[in-house]
Amino acid sequence: MRYETERTRRRGHADTATDTLARGLGLFSIALGIAEIAAPRALARALGMKGQEGLIAGYGVREIATGIGILASKDPTPWIWGRVAGDGLDLATLATALEGNNPKKTNVGIAMAAVAGVTALDVYCAQTLSRESPHPLPPMQDYSDRTGYPKGIEQSHGAARDFEVPRDFRAPEAMRPYTQPEAPQRPMPSM
Amino acid sequence: MKALVWHGTTDIRCDSVPDPQIEHPRDAIVKVTSCAICGSDLHLYDHFMPGMKSGDIMGHEFMGEVVDVGAEAKGALKVGDRVVVPFTIICGECDQCKRGNFSVCERTNRNGHIAAKAFGHTTAGLFGYTHLTGGYPGGQAEYVRVPFADKTHVKIPNGLTDEQVLFLGDIFPTGWQAAVQCDIEPTDTVAIWGAGPVGQMAIRSAVLLGAKQVIAIDRVPERLDMARAGGAITINFDEESVIERLNELTNGKGPEKCIDAVGMEAHAAGTVDAMYDRVKQAAMMETDRPHVLREMAYVCRPAGTLSIPGVYGGLLDKIPFGAIMNKGLTIRTGQTHVNRWTDDLLRRIEEGQIDPSFVITHTVPLDQGPEMYKVFRDKQDGCIKVVLKP
Repeated sequence: MRYETERTRRRGHADTATDTLARGLGLFSIALGIAEIAAPRALARALGMKGQEGLIAGYGVREIATGIGILASKDPTPWIWGRVAGDGLDLATLATALEGNNPKKTNVGIAMAAVAGVTALDVYCAQTLSRESPHPLPPMQDYSDRTGYPKGIEQSHGAARDFEVPRDFRAPEAMRPYTQPEAPQRPMPSM
Repeated sequence: MKALVWHGTTDIRCDSVPDPQIEHPRDAIVKVTSCAICGSDLHLYDHFMPGMKSGDIMGHEFMGEVVDVGAEAKGALKVGDRVVVPFTIICGECDQCKRGNFSVCERTNRNGHIAAKAFGHTTAGLFGYTHLTGGYPGGQAEYVRVPFADKTHVKIPNGLTDEQVLFLGDIFPTGWQAAVQCDIEPTDTVAIWGAGPVGQMAIRSAVLLGAKQVIAIDRVPERLDMARAGGAITINFDEESVIERLNELTNGKGPEKCIDAVGMEAHAAGTVDAMYDRVKQAAMMETDRPHVLREMAYVCRPAGTLSIPGVYGGLLDKIPFGAIMNKGLTIRTGQTHVNRWTDDLLRRIEEGQIDPSFVITHTVPLDQGPEMYKVFRDKQDGCIKVVLKP
């Protein structure tokens, strides 16, 4: 499928639903990155990862860079694959927090489940984008003369009004309000 | 002979298969001169419809020349007759055929018991369209056996090209029936979802029947271009809100008549319900993606009509029946009763009111059929309708 609408920046890429998903992931990436840079201590505390605030902030920088890449590039496919790699890194880092007697293991588990969910979306998006043709499409076909009316549309409009709709296809008379001549309408009363 | 044969999901090949033979006195053998890929063939190509078996011959929109006739069909047909073969196989004798409800013929589906399990009752036999509808070999082939041929045909007079009449076998009467189901008044706005081949025919039918305003909804630029050529106002659902635009075009009242020419594989970028359908379908918890039905029920003017020629196969989720009931909407649907309309439509073609060949964008030899399925499915190269020449 081909879209050449204003919203589609990547001509030749088919599925604007995937484009929308990619843009959503880009925005999510930036938002998450900002949170990681703005509040690394709170995140580290919640996950029982004290001492790793610098790493979290660094991951925030990575998220923002990826997000900008997705939103700014003509083809976000490599950037989405970059997100998949980053998801792997996040999961591996979170997995280290499951070791030992971390009292916040439940939070870590929840975080890992959330990352896994986003990873699934990233993989789906990246695979779909990769399947689409990277090649520019040929020019659009012009079908503006394909009317289908050999005698012209003016002559054909209503030409089949002689057709009698079979009884079993007719709307019941009581359901034909639009055929009645329009009576002057009184203003709607206020209630 | 050569034929397009289904081998599995998105796997259609041009194979050599045995020539068909007369199996019953009412049969005829037709040498196919032109056949088409129909939008509903894509449901088989993508394997959304159950009941296909590897080795099934595809195709239900075809025409050709009669080359052999069974003893009981000889009164109605003779060798050399030029015929369009309707996709619905009809006996012409059962209660439903006598009423003109040919698509629910009670006798032509030789697997009627399977259809009855799925749908409650049998429906007509169809060419090349799963074993639920009889498992009859289809017409994307050099030759085809036409069962009940004494009734299942439309004779074509000389002077008309294949391209002008081929679509009498399916998409033209299907678009026509969709419009007729709307019982169009001169004051009506008719909104048509899907500007594929059936949608294009529905647009022209609504114009012929005298609708005040016809609106086509799609997102493929070439389809929208062709819809405008046919007299429709177009809405690109990727660029604007369908509901807001329809209300704007009808002074906030909504279209009186809505036609779903999309069916079970609706695409709707970015809507919550479309994503929901995708997930449920992927999890095998829903067979169809009924986004268009939901949108039609919501936007249709109260006391209006929903006409559904789009094919649905099974179980649909989250249909807003509250809107349908409280707004008093009428729903009309069904496979097309092809022979009920063909005499009238053939006359309109002969009189020059319409020439259905406008919809053909690609004509290729039969052996290029497999790749054209993909081109058609993916709407590549401006593809709207493919005609195959065996």
